[in-house]
Parts: sequence; C-alpha cells; structure tokens
Amino acid sequence: MTQVSMTVNGKTVSGEVEGRILLSDYLREDLRLTGTHIGCDTSQCGACVVHVDGKAVKACTMFAAEAEGAEVTTIEGMANPDGSLNTIQQAFQDHHGLQCGFCTPGMVMSAAALLEENAKPTEAEIRDYLEGNICRCTGYHNIVKAIMAASGQDVSAIAGE
Amino acid sequence: MPKDHGIGASPMRREDVRFLTGRGKYTDDIALQGQAHAVFARSQVANGVITSIDTSEAEKMPGVLAVFTGEDFVDVGGNPAGWQINSRDGEPMKEPKRPVLAHGKVRHVGDAYAAVIAETEEQARDAAEAIVAEIDEQPAVVDMGAALKEGAPLVHDEIGTNQCFDWGWIEDNRAATDEAIKNAPHVTTLELVNNRLVPNAMEPRASTADYDPGTGDYTLYTTSQNPHLTRLLISAFVLGIPENKLKVVAPDVGGGFGSKIYHYGEEALVLAAAKKIGRPVRWTASRSESFLTDAHGRDHVTKIELACEKDGTFIAFRTETMANVGAYLSNFSTATPTFLHGTLMAGNYAVPNVYVNVKAVFTNTAPVDAYRGAGRPEATYSLERVIDMAARELGIDPLDIRRRNFVQPDQFPFTSAAGLEYDTGNYGALVDKLEEMIDRKGFEARRKASEKNGKLRGLGVNTYIEACGIAPSNLVGVLGSRVGLYDAATVRVNATGNIAVMVGAHSHGQGHETAFPQVVAGMLGIDENSVEIVHGDTSKIPFGMGTYGSRSLAVCGSAVVRATEKVINKGKKIAAHMLEASEADIEFADGQFSVAGTDKFVGFGDVALKAYIPHDFPLEEVEPGLEETAFYDPANFTYPAGAYACEVEVDPDTGKVTIDRFAAADDFGNVINPMIVSGQVHGGLAQGIGQALLEHTTYDADGQLISASYMDYAMPRADDVPFYSVDHSCQTPCTHNPLGVKGCGEAGAIGSPPSVVNAVIDALQSGGHSNVTHIDMPLTPSRVWSAMNS
Ligand code: FES
Ligand code: FES
Repeated sequence: MTQVSMTVNGKTVSGEVEGRILLSDYLREDLRLTGTHIGCDTSQCGACVVHVDGKAVKACTMFAAEAEGAEVTTIEGMANPDGSLNTIQQAFQDHHGLQCGFCTPGMVMSAAALLEENAKPTEAEIRDYLEGNICRCTGYHNIVKAIMAASGQDVSAIAGE
Repeated sequence: MPKDHGIGASPMRREDVRFLTGRGKYTDDIALQGQAHAVFARSQVANGVITSIDTSEAEKMPGVLAVFTGEDFVDVGGNPAGWQINSRDGEPMKEPKRPVLAHGKVRHVGDAYAAVIAETEEQARDAAEAIVAEIDEQPAVVDMGAALKEGAPLVHDEIGTNQCFDWGWIEDNRAATDEAIKNAPHVTTLELVNNRLVPNAMEPRASTADYDPGTGDYTLYTTSQNPHLTRLLISAFVLGIPENKLKVVAPDVGGGFGSKIYHYGEEALVLAAAKKIGRPVRWTASRSESFLTDAHGRDHVTKIELACEKDGTFIAFRTETMANVGAYLSNFSTATPTFLHGTLMAGNYAVPNVYVNVKAVFTNTAPVDAYRGAGRPEATYSLERVIDMAARELGIDPLDIRRRNFVQPDQFPFTSAAGLEYDTGNYGALVDKLEEMIDRKGFEARRKASEKNGKLRGLGVNTYIEACGIAPSNLVGVLGSRVGLYDAATVRVNATGNIAVMVGAHSHGQGHETAFPQVVAGMLGIDENSVEIVHGDTSKIPFGMGTYGSRSLAVCGSAVVRATEKVINKGKKIAAHMLEASEADIEFADGQFSVAGTDKFVGFGDVALKAYIPHDFPLEEVEPGLEETAFYDPANFTYPAGAYACEVEVDPDTGKVTIDRFAAADDFGNVINPMIVSGQVHGGLAQGIGQALLEHTTYDADGQLISASYMDYAMPRADDVPFYSVDHSCQTPCTHNPLGVKGCGEAGAIGSPPSVVNAVIDALQSGGHSNVTHIDMPLTPSRVWSAMNS
C-alpha cells in the first residue's frame, strides 16, 4: 500500500492505494467520481480522459500513485462555479453531441484540452485530435460540430438539425 | 425558427446535463454496501471437453467468498432462443441448451466455466487464475462451409449436426423463382460475405445483484435494453426466481446496438452468488471479455442472383445464405437471419419472384445475434450490391434501374414478393431528394479534380427499405416468436398536475426522456417540463418489451399516446361533472376541457386536482385518481425507406478509401424530434461505414479471436468519417400507428454499407479496373489494393 495525495477538482484528497491501482480506478472506486468511465483495457477508447496538471491524460494509463501531488480535474470539475454547463458542455448539449453519454466525459475533457492548445481548430484538426476518443453513438458529426461551436466558429452551414 | 417544444420540435435533451457533468448512473457506477466482486474463468480454447475443474486452491485464496462451476447450475434451466424456426422439411430447429456456466464442454474462446466471488475484483481475478481446469482441446469449427461438411467436429455432440436449421422463404415461391431465373434474359450473380461485427457499445456489460434474505427479494442492476425481458428469461427459464421476487433495473446504459437485448449467463451467476453469500455481487466486463462474449452481429456468406429483363426490369431475386449463429443460440439469433432478413429480400421493388434459403450454422465462436439493423443490413447489402452490379452490366444508370422497379406510391398498401405488407412509401421522392442533396451534376468535375491529384473518385448509391417497430404479436406468433412484441405505458397525472410516464421502452442513448414528454405534453397542451419519464426498472414500469428493432416510438410511443388518450377521456368525465355538462359536450384542446359552444371551461390542472381530492365527485360514475395504462400491439411493422449516396476517393497507390461525402434521404414518416432523429442516422451511418471500410471480426482456424481489442478491431474514429448530409423531409406517415411514425434507429446502419462499396467499385472501374466488380467488406487498403492489382 502506498500513501497518495493529490488535488482533485480543487479539493485535496489522500488515501492508501495498492501499487497496481490505476488512476481511473482510484477516481471511480475510492473517490466515487464515477463520471470518469472505463471503456477498454488497452488505453484506446478515451472514455477515461482527465486532466493531470493541465494535460489531457487517459486515467487508465497511469497508476494512482503516479499522480502523487498532481492537480487532477475530472468531468465532475468542469461545470461553471455556479453549476451551469461550461461553454464546451453547453455546446455538446446545444448540438446533440452526445447520445448514451458514455464517451462524453472523455470527449469533453479531450475537447477542453484541444481548445486550450488550439483556440480555433479546423474540422480536420478536431477529427485528428479525437483519434483517441471512440464514440459508438453519434457518428462524431455533432461532436465535431459542438467543438467548433464551442470555439466560437459559425457552424450553421454544417448539415444537420 | 424551429419550434422549441411539442411534436416536431428539437428541445435540448434533458438527460444531457447529467451525462455532461459526470452524474450519469451506469450499472458499474452503482456501489452497494458490502458488495463482493465476480470474475469469470473463461475458456482459452474454442472447443474442448472439460475433464476436471479443481477449485480447491482458488477457494483458499485471500478474500475468496465462493467459487462456482457449471456443476452448480446443472439443475437450472438454459437460456432459451426466443424464436422457433422450422426447417424447409418442417423439422424444428436444433436447440441445444445454453447453460449459465459451461458444463462438460466449452464451445468458444471466452465460454465461462467457473466464477470466483471475492472481496475485491483483484482478489477474484487472482483466484480465478488459480482454478485448475483440465480441458481436452478438440478440433474447432470456425468456417461455416467446413462446419456443414460430413464428419466436421461438432459444436454440440448431442444434436449430431452443426446445422441449426435450413429455412426457406417463401417455400411456395421456390419453384417459380427457379423457373424465372432459368428463363431470364439476364442474370447477375454475386457471392459475398457480410462481415462479422462486434457491436461495441462503449459501456461494457455489467451486472450487480442484491439479495434480501429478509424478504427473499432479488434486485439485478444490469446493462439491459429490456429489463422486463431479462426478468422473464431469468424467472421463467433460467433460475426460476418468481417474477414478483425479482426486480431488474437497467439504469443509464451506455449504448446497446442489440448486444444488450439478450440475457447473458453472467446475470444469472451474480444473482445466484448474491443469494449464496448473502451480499451484493458485482461484475463488470473488461473490453476483452466484451469482445469474446457479447453477441456478435452479421456473419453471412451469401450467393444472390438477380434475374432481369435487358431494360433492367427485375424478374426475380434468389438468395442462398449461410448464417453463423456461433456456439449457442442467443435470444434473437434465430429470428435475425430469417424473418428480419428473408422477408426484406424484395427491397423497395415490385419484383414478382423472391426466394431465400438460409442455413444457420453452429460454430465454435461467440454467439451471433441482432446488431443494429439485424438481418436488414444483410438483406439490403445483398440486394443493393447485386442491383448495382446488374446496372453496370446492362449499362443502366444505377438510380434509374432502381426507379424503374420501385413500388409506386399508388400501389400501397403493397404486398411484396417476400410476404410483407408495406403500408406506405414514396421511393421515387427519396431518390429525387437524394439527387438534389448530392449535386450529382457536379460529380464529373469532382472526379476530374481527384484524378488530377492522382486519386480515383467514385459515387455509390443505394436505396433501402426495412421493417421495424417490431412487431405485431399475432403475426410473429404464427412465424415462431415465443414472445409478444407489444409495449406498454402508464401515464400518472399527480394531484398537482405534473406527470410521470412509466414506459416499457428503454433509453440507452435515444433520448426518450426528452422525446416522450414532447408527445404527452403536445397532446395535453401542457408544458413538457412537467412530464417526467420513468424507465428501466421493472418495479416501477408496466411490462414492456424494451428497446430494439427501432421500436421505442412506433410501439411504446403509441402506448404512450393511447394511455394519454385514456387520461383525456377520464378527464372529460370529471370535467363534465365540474362544469355540470354532459360528457358528450366536453371538448379538450390546449390544456382545457370546455363545453362545446360555450365559454365554460376548466383547466387540466383543476381536473387533476379534482381527481385526487374527490369531494363532490361522481364516485358512482368515475373512480378517483388520474392514471391510465395502455398496452399497444402494432398492427404491422413500420417501413422506413431511404436513398443513400456515398462519394469516395481511392488512392490507387495504397488502396486507401476516403469518404468525401455521404448523403442520406430517409422517410421516417412524421418526426417527433428532428435533432434526435438526425443523431440516430449519423450514428448508424458511422456504424455502416465502419462495417464497409474498417470493422472485421476475425477468428483463426483454431477459433482464437484475433481481433479482440481496439488495437486489432478497427472502430470508426472521428477522422474516418465526414460530416454527413441527412434529410428526413420526405415523409409518408405510417398508416397504422397513432403518431404516423416509423422507426429511425437502425436505418443508417442498414442503408449505408452498399453505397460505400458501390462507390469504391465505381471509383476502381473509372480507373480502368474493369475486372473489379466486387470486394468483400471491410474494404481495407490491402483488400482494395489487392483487387486493383490482381
Ligand atoms: S478506459 Fe482508458 S482509454 Fe479506454
Ligand atoms: S454518446 Fe454513446 S458512445 Fe458516444
């Protein structure tokens, strides 16, 4: 057992973890932050993306112990301080960028990291960036559209409701 | 401005807020006090005789609470097939038992033969690895053709064959179809494979069971598209737990696409385990387990012949298919390749002769069952590929050959040569719309531009029709279904006027929490925010059959309408009393009950209040309360149809196919929420494009699943697909359900694969590869390149 402490969504947390416990499991099982989802066991689906020290990270690729001292943000920490949806979340709702919602936390976290790096990404840049996030429901159309809208681009010419 | 509420509007989805903030509650998010964890020991071999299973070491491992093997379940029932198919000779299908845990034999890689329950998942995993199973590996059968040969190894020894059934549809049409083909001026023959797919809902299957020794009540939280069906199967067939002692809850479910329709052994195991250890038991599949054990989809090997006149008029379609059912019969596996496939083999066409033969084959692979579209994508692909090939052979424009053969708008209702009665449609209008959407006139210029860049451009089109909104119970009963396929809804108006609607349908991405209130509020003339939907919990909802086969709105939505009508009718009685008028004079509109021809009225809310505070109430005529239930059994399937077009670029140096544009014109009848409908189409298109270009489930000759992870199974990613152009303005409302709606959930996946393949063939032909008339899906760079260079 290893002692870990980190900041998650602005709160300091600490606990004992087994060395083999992944950050994704620690968030879900120990902290009960179940918005971070597990969709695969080969680090490819992106349902578990969180931010660690400001960078998008697949939480299943990292041991909880490796996050010692880190600032972690999960989907639960993304809304505006008053609880309303932030710009990206709102754009996902406005443009129907989610259906079952399972990939959604990872998509939002990836989108936030993308817009941090690239304030106005093109369609191709968005599609390229989302290479590590699989969605089985939406066909990506409305996800890409939502991210473009969240970055302030006019999406009215893109087909679809 | 689009409307923002009511029928035909696209209000924001109310479920989104919880999903976007991480507050969805999926099965694996539920943590029950004292829960233990289950891990399964699964076969590494595809076919083997279990000679012994030694669990003694595992039982002694830290944290282990119980170990189960197949021996523990020999006295309980098997997981049954929901549909009985009879062979052409009248013999019923072969139906070997599907046990909770394999007993005596393992039949596919991943077949579970034991399970460990322990304090933690890690402990359970460690202990599962300590189980010593002696399994005598036998030769496996993977290929269907080989499985049907004399002397092939048997998946189920007790049935003496690997053939589950040999079905003909319609048997009486066989001779006429053979004759028509023999005498036809032109016959196009195509042999093709409809590739095996893994549904891959992003949320892996999971089940948590709880048992209350005080009451004897069980609760099962599970990733299900149809909690009542799951309960029925567990109660009536597998464990025998009385239905009124078993509550099945399917909370938020992260996609299903068919794979979560079925009852799986893991659900029964956690229930049995929870009772045995007296604590909740939780299990969640890893993605690898999902690949190995979720029911797969498609997997047909088909020969189709199209006989036609020289002018392209269709005379007959004859299809011979082998359909893989895998190692065990999953619940709908026998209906999928038969009644969901063979009955669609006339397509959108007024062709006089159709005959379909399907042989279902057991193999040492995971069970195969309905996956988004279920049988109808297989039908559409076969038809629309062979039609494209015939058009090319005859030098007829691919849209024209289809137009020439369409059932015409004035022919509805139309009984197709494959036996379905299409209620309505206008296929020509869909093709016209499609042409408008795709700028067909500009195609040649785009092709030239591609050629300048060293690329080949192709345009592929197809139409489709499908039968969904399953299904009329009387009809399916005659055809062998062992269940009815109605659905149910309860509309509960509370005293304060807000409403809870309990529905049998289940939402796992479809947005029912938003769309159903649009219907109820629209009918009652009230704010849709005062309507809440309750679904997914057998202890709260009426007995419904759940969501699959694009049935939620067409079937359950109709039940919602009927129940709401009953509420209005009862409200009229109450209002008549309140207004001191005769019931026959009461009219209801815009949320008000009024006396015809007067200005006297009473609001819906006042009537609701009166129903629950029945002072001065005509108790001898009307019961208190305002709550109504309706069961709705559809009179027919609904028949959505569409015309799709795909434009691709092929890189002749690498064989890589890039989809440049994709257009889908669909007729879903009336549309309740256009935003959600478009989203459903988008998702289906990506799955169809995935099937056409990327996805392939591969077993090696020993039955090892080679494509068992996202490293090996190519899921469509954001950069594999374009923005789609979708349209559902061509609307011929369904004639037999109250909303005039047709199912939209599967259309995209049904309609899209042929146009992708047709486009690639068109591109290659334009580049002078006139010998390439077909390539089997998925059209990977290597397959395309090899075809070009063969
Ligand atoms: S769970 Fe982390 S990438 Fe799939
Ligand atoms: S919304 Fe279901 S997987 Fe993306």
